Amino acid sequence: MSMQAKHIAKAGLLGLAALSLAIPTSAMAQRDPAYAAARANGSIGEKMDGYLGVVGNQDASIRKLVADLNIKRRANYTQRAQGQNATIEEYAFTQGCVLINRTVPGEKYQTPSGNWETRGSGAPQRDPRCP
Amino acid sequence: MNPIKLTTCLRFARKARRRGTEHMLQGRAARWGAVMAVPLALGGCIQVNAPDDAIVIELNINIRQEVIYQLAADVRDNIDENPDIF
Repeated sequence: MSMQAKHIAKAGLLGLAALSLAIPTSAMAQRDPAYAAARANGSIGEKMDGYLGVVGNQDASIRKLVADLNIKRRANYTQRAQGQNATIEEYAFTQGCVLINRTVPGEKYQTPSGNWETRGSGAPQRDPRCP
Repeated sequence: MNPIKLTTCLRFARKARRRGTEHMLQGRAARWGAVMAVPLALGGCIQVNAPDDAIVIELNINIRQEVIYQLAADVRDNIDENPDIF
């Protein structure tokens, strides 16, 4: 292989590597900054039923953010529950269990008693039916 | 109180029947009245006691435990596939 051919091959490989890195990030959008901020400051939290909840009195913008995300979640649960032969409630509940488990310290989540709790360093309080 | 109400209605029914054929409709209505009065009168005798314990509504009554365990893997994939909504 000539030097030139080697360079072309190298550039091609680099290009492919760059593409493979670029595709997942563009296809899978991350959390909206406003959503990430609301989670971090505890104005919204993860509920037991698999949906987001507004903690206390919050601005209309926060309430809208939660309502919009919950509509998207419901559509997602409806679709995935169908594929799993489960009810939307069962799917949403299981999702809620895992989402509460994945909250990071400082974020809010709903305990089985229905109260908002701030996630600490330990395990969250979860429903006994959680997997 | 209830037996009095019942006999009043029945007496009315009998009286209406005695009037004859031209009052057939009235008699039938009165009989119906008497028939309807029975459950009403009896209904008044039923005592309903409020439970001492608080009524707890189980919202997640339709959640099957075995399904929850089957879904556990799929919901984890779902978070990875849709990080924008979770």
